[in-house]
Amino acid sequence: MVGLTIDGKRVEVAQGATVLAAAEKLGIEIPTLCHHKSLLPYGACRLCLVELEQANGAALQAACVYPASEGLVVRTDTERVLRTRRMMIELLLARCPEVPRIRDMAREMGVADTRFPKKNEDCILCGLCVRVCQERMGVGAVEFVSRGVTKRIATAFDKQSPLCMACGACAAVCPTDAVNLEKVSSRPLRPIPSEFDEGLSGRPSIYIPFPQAVPHKPVIDTNHCLRLLDGTCGACEAFCDAGAIAYDQEDRVETVDVGTIIVATGFDRFDSRQITRYGYGRLPDVIDGLEFERLSHASGPTGGEILTTAGKPPRAVAIIHCVGSRDENYQEYCSRVCCMYSLKFAHLVKEKTGAEVYNFYIDMRTAGKGYEEFYKRLLHEGVHFIRGKCAEVTDVAESPEEEGKLVVVAEDTLLGMTRRVPVDLVVLSSALVPHADVADVARTFSLSCAHGGFFLEKHPKLAPVEAAADGVFLAGACQGPKDIPDTVAQGAAAAACALALMDEGKVTLEPVTAEIDPALCAGCRMCIASCPYEAITFDAERAVSVVQEELCKGCGTCVATCPSGVARQRGFTDIQVYAELEGILA
Amino acid sequence: MTEERFEPRIAAFLCRWCSYTGADLAGTSRIEYPPNVVPIRVMCSGRVDPTFVVQALAAGADGVLVAGCHPGDCHYQSGNYKTMRRYPLLANLLEQFGIERERVRLEWISAAEGDRFAAVVRDLTEKVRALGPLHWKGAPPARYRTAPADREEVHAHG
Repeated sequence: MVGLTIDGKRVEVAQGATVLAAAEKLGIEIPTLCHHKSLLPYGACRLCLVELEQANGAALQAACVYPASEGLVVRTDTERVLRTRRMMIELLLARCPEVPRIRDMAREMGVADTRFPKKNEDCILCGLCVRVCQERMGVGAVEFVSRGVTKRIATAFDKQSPLCMACGACAAVCPTDAVNLEKVSSRPLRPIPSEFDEGLSGRPSIYIPFPQAVPHKPVIDTNHCLRLLDGTCGACEAFCDAGAIAYDQEDRVETVDVGTIIVATGFDRFDSRQITRYGYGRLPDVIDGLEFERLSHASGPTGGEILTTAGKPPRAVAIIHCVGSRDENYQEYCSRVCCMYSLKFAHLVKEKTGAEVYNFYIDMRTAGKGYEEFYKRLLHEGVHFIRGKCAEVTDVAESPEEEGKLVVVAEDTLLGMTRRVPVDLVVLSSALVPHADVADVARTFSLSCAHGGFFLEKHPKLAPVEAAADGVFLAGACQGPKDIPDTVAQGAAAAACALALMDEGKVTLEPVTAEIDPALCAGCRMCIASCPYEAITFDAERAVSVVQEELCKGCGTCVATCPSGVARQRGFTDIQVYAELEGILA
Repeated sequence: MTEERFEPRIAAFLCRWCSYTGADLAGTSRIEYPPNVVPIRVMCSGRVDPTFVVQALAAGADGVLVAGCHPGDCHYQSGNYKTMRRYPLLANLLEQFGIERERVRLEWISAAEGDRFAAVVRDLTEKVRALGPLHWKGAPPARYRTAPADREEVHAHG
């Protein structure tokens, strides 16, 4: 460790660390454009100049390359330092007068304009792209070419490089957004779509899944991370001071012993592509509910602005209800939440863009506290409600005002006529459907599926959160389409039911267990093979099979299997069943 | 004067988790089906000893329905698979006794399939009605064919 003083504050850093790293440790900000934590020090931009007090007077040095040494005294805020930095940014501003980052930096340093002739470049020759490609990726697809005033960054022969693997690292590190990947790579560019933003924006291969994620920790996408795929990059590791990046971590299946289970596996969205006449997936401005939700959200891809794919705010928006719900071709049931979220969307569009909003509905289902009032409010806000199922969404114009618009064709059952409504954006309120793997989940937890694949509760009125199997409870939309308040209520009820069972600390078994008469058992062990719970053991000493009652669930399969007929099931003995038969057939 | 229609009597062994609940659902859903089927609840279709079926026919049933959870859905993991394997043997045996295969049927009916339960009952009733009464005579009374473990109980009951 070496100790040095920066702006009067003492700090200790490891041998070989730079002055810039030491300043960062103290929280002293030093401007820089060419420095990157995961790359070797380079010293190209000269913005990080600091003053070093030395015996023969103060000297200016670049903090990003100057190594810290014992007793070094550094000043980052003297007039000389600031004046020199201003000169540096002025020169950069002359080279790249239009780059926002440079302009912002200049303004922060008190430089309004440059006195030098402007060149209108966008590259500051910091070399970050060259260095990341070489040092981190080991590729070297881009390099400095030429010298002096004609120095620039290019691929070999200025052609798209076959070496480039289109990882995008150069574009990511470039401080001035000067990299055009399409010119660099001969490979097709495949941005990684953000799952949370419904593919409306991209994401890096290390990312925090969504802003409210719990735990709020980044994850590495093993399908795209170059460190995991090729052993290159590893930039995130260099950045993480806590050393929390572990590339050797793998998915683990953990076994947890529990006494009660709450199944809350949720729902899936109906894939609106199935209804081809609505054009979802074919017409760019036909989006579904969740995409609209991201589009209108402040943390979404547009920062909360509702925009069409052309980047303009829409002047008319259609919201189509019951897409895949209440439709004998898809789901017969009502998805319950769509009417209300469609109303919310209509309100958001009105509030944010002032566009005309057309709701195409079959019936408005606004049952719920305050819901009908909200519907009324929207009627007063001037949202159009057209009663009738939408026939199709088309981009084929039949009149001049339909030119360049999406046309929603629907029957207006209240007017008794077909209408064509030209809009800029169509939002499909798609149905809630069970997950594709619902049968596997049902099998795992001994559940039954009803109603198009939603889990069946024990009793629709008297046991709405319990499953047929003891100790298994249901919560949320896996049991049937429901909105957030209902889901919260059911979740709380399921938790209370589970706690009640746990609080008792013991379970009551049904007295229908099997027993084997040891005096008559021949010890053939066929019952042992038939028992799915390994509840029957073989007593070698007496050469008989013995039922462990606490493990027996009372299915009676062993009883039906026993060739000597010495196994019996309490409550379901042969004689009892025969008596039943005689009774009903008498 | 119209001829009185033959009303078959059918015993149904329904597993408690799927088929019995499915039958219950048919009832709570007010689905109509013929009253010819009389259900007997067992914990699992795996409990249905083939002798139950023979006994039912001997006791006067014209047809028998055995219903359990769909394969893979058994509440007891694999009970219905045991039934699935026993049924063909039983059907062969009954055929040798001169009993038509259509009289005894194995079906998978889940707890959510009330309509399916009703449809199966409707179909089975019509098939058995077409076959006519079984008139299966000569079967010994129940008490002599019970399992040894139950014999004591038989004697106790007299």
